[in-house]
Amino acid sequence: MMKQNDTFTLGGHTFSSRFILGSGKYSLRLVQAAVEHAGAQIITLSVRRANTKEQENILDYIPKGVTLLPNTSGARDAKEAVRIARLARELGCGSFVKIEIMRDTKYLLPDNQETIKATEQLAAEGFTVLPYMYPDLNVARDLVKAGASAVMPLGAPIGSNKGLATADFIQILIDEIELPIIVDAGIGAPSQACRAMEMGAAAIMANTALATSGDVPRMARAFRLAIEAGREAYIAGLGRVLTRGAAASDPLTGFLR
Amino acid sequence: MIKINGEDSDAAGQTVASYLAMAGFDASRVVVELNEAIVPKGRYAETTLRDGDQVEIVCFMGGG
Repeated sequence: MMKQNDTFTLGGHTFSSRFILGSGKYSLRLVQAAVEHAGAQIITLSVRRANTKEQENILDYIPKGVTLLPNTSGARDAKEAVRIARLARELGCGSFVKIEIMRDTKYLLPDNQETIKATEQLAAEGFTVLPYMYPDLNVARDLVKAGASAVMPLGAPIGSNKGLATADFIQILIDEIELPIIVDAGIGAPSQACRAMEMGAAAIMANTALATSGDVPRMARAFRLAIEAGREAYIAGLGRVLTRGAAASDPLTGFLR
Repeated sequence: MIKINGEDSDAAGQTVASYLAMAGFDASRVVVELNEAIVPKGRYAETTLRDGDQVEIVCFMGGG
């Protein structure tokens, strides 16, 4: 039995790939190969001041049919996030937005309260809102009420590649929140992505793990395989763990004596 | 003076369309914000920059 109809939905769009690919900190020339190797259907982007020195545009490197997920990085409060989201939508590539609001420049932790405010505003304006957040069940519930299409808890600080430091709290969100839970930030290795998927995450977002790896397209493929493996394991249902002792997997009769 | 992406510019009197063309921006790949209000693409030719204006010209870049 293969996962033919194993999809998830964001803002009325259905996705079969559960790997959301970041596009930061590596060459534009690798973006296309990364998307292909990742099998990604969603790619994140940032919105920044344009300059005329860079003649190449990232949009030329993203295969057609891939959904763009602009983030609001750089925003320090809800007002700035709303401003960036509106600019992103005006660029004419859909109305998905990943809300990212940070006051803290050392740890880059998301400001949950401002994120709720921005979610409410942007959802009311018709955006498909994916808020990046610190995994807190009460905040996640507020984000649901505010109109989010998914919740994106961090595994560890952005860019740290430290993995699922918040695993127990992400599990609470997975268990209690009806929306897709997409683990964002901190995932540094395919094994960590696989574990998050085994836990029941709907999808994984990764960027720095690829950008700082030795081979971006190959690592994209490694993540894809790990995410698929974790998803299959979740659907299958993991075997139980013994708290003590052992349980033979061989027949308990017919021993040679 | 006009501030464009944080830098002083003497583009007062030009339209958004003529400024973008002169500066070498691909108008289809940027969004222009004038005093924190988005300028609709269809209005570039009729929107004139005035002294004291704050202009932001943004585009997509790589990001996570």
